Amino acid sequence: MTAATIEREIKIEAPIEVVWEVLTNPAHIVNWSAEEATLDLRPGGAGSLNFTEHDHVSPLRVETLDPPNVFSYRWSQPDGEEPTEENSMLVEFILSEDQGVTTLRLIESGFAKNDWSEEKNREYYDDHSNGWDHFVPRLASYAASAHVSAQ
Amino acid sequence: MSARSRSFDEEVWLAVADPSRRSLLELLINGGEATASGLASEVPFSRQAVAKHLAVLERANLVSSRRQGREVLFSVRAPEVDSAAQMLVNVGRAWDTRLQSIKRIAEELHQATIVTELRGDANETETTSSTP
Repeated sequence: MTAATIEREIKIEAPIEVVWEVLTNPAHIVNWSAEEATLDLRPGGAGSLNFTEHDHVSPLRVETLDPPNVFSYRWSQPDGEEPTEENSMLVEFILSEDQGVTTLRLIESGFAKNDWSEEKNREYYDDHSNGWDHFVPRLASYAASAHVSAQ
Repeated sequence: MSARSRSFDEEVWLAVADPSRRSLLELLINGGEATASGLASEVPFSRQAVAKHLAVLERANLVSSRRQGREVLFSVRAPEVDSAAQMLVNVGRAWDTRLQSIKRIAEELHQATIVTELRGDANETETTSSTP
């Protein structure tokens, strides 16, 4: 994994088909995401999330659809542009079920054209202390302390 | 709360997307001002790579540079790093909230289905038992 990523995992006490429905049906999407949602549920299908409170519409494009295991879409591309690997964020939902409990993984990644020419230092990058989820809290705590000292 | 508006800065995301740049940013945060060569001595990539990464960080306004004699010294821009951190934290938090909602909705739907099924079963049992 080379990109800036947000990764989360959550266990849900419901069958995978139910979780899939909540993730992909606009009637449910409006209850966990934007206030208004449309979705053409097929690979390449268009959708939109309208965050009315912020007066902001996020168009999205379905990337992968493999019911009930994989649903991914691209968003956050610049206004008026089609989403591509280089100008958008990829949101991936990966579902699996074990004995009635569904594990839902979320990965949001993007804007990370891999530009390292120096793959030889792989283990350096694999070091989790350098990973995204550790970096963000450290950056935030630095920012907090810098903010305080700047006042 | 979860909108991607002006608060979401692609340049910043791109800048911190790369682990090499994250480590350079942290070196500057922890060690203060440094030259590209100084930084290169602390990371397993070349000075040229360091310079390239610093340029990206500078474009995203997370790092600034100043010339001192023959050297160029790089340092973090605290207010910009502050708002970047805020943005990154918010993106993560927005997902935490959404996932909790997904969990709640799915579990409620499932519970409702079970209740309906139980009622259905109960009705069937009633029907069978009332039929002699």
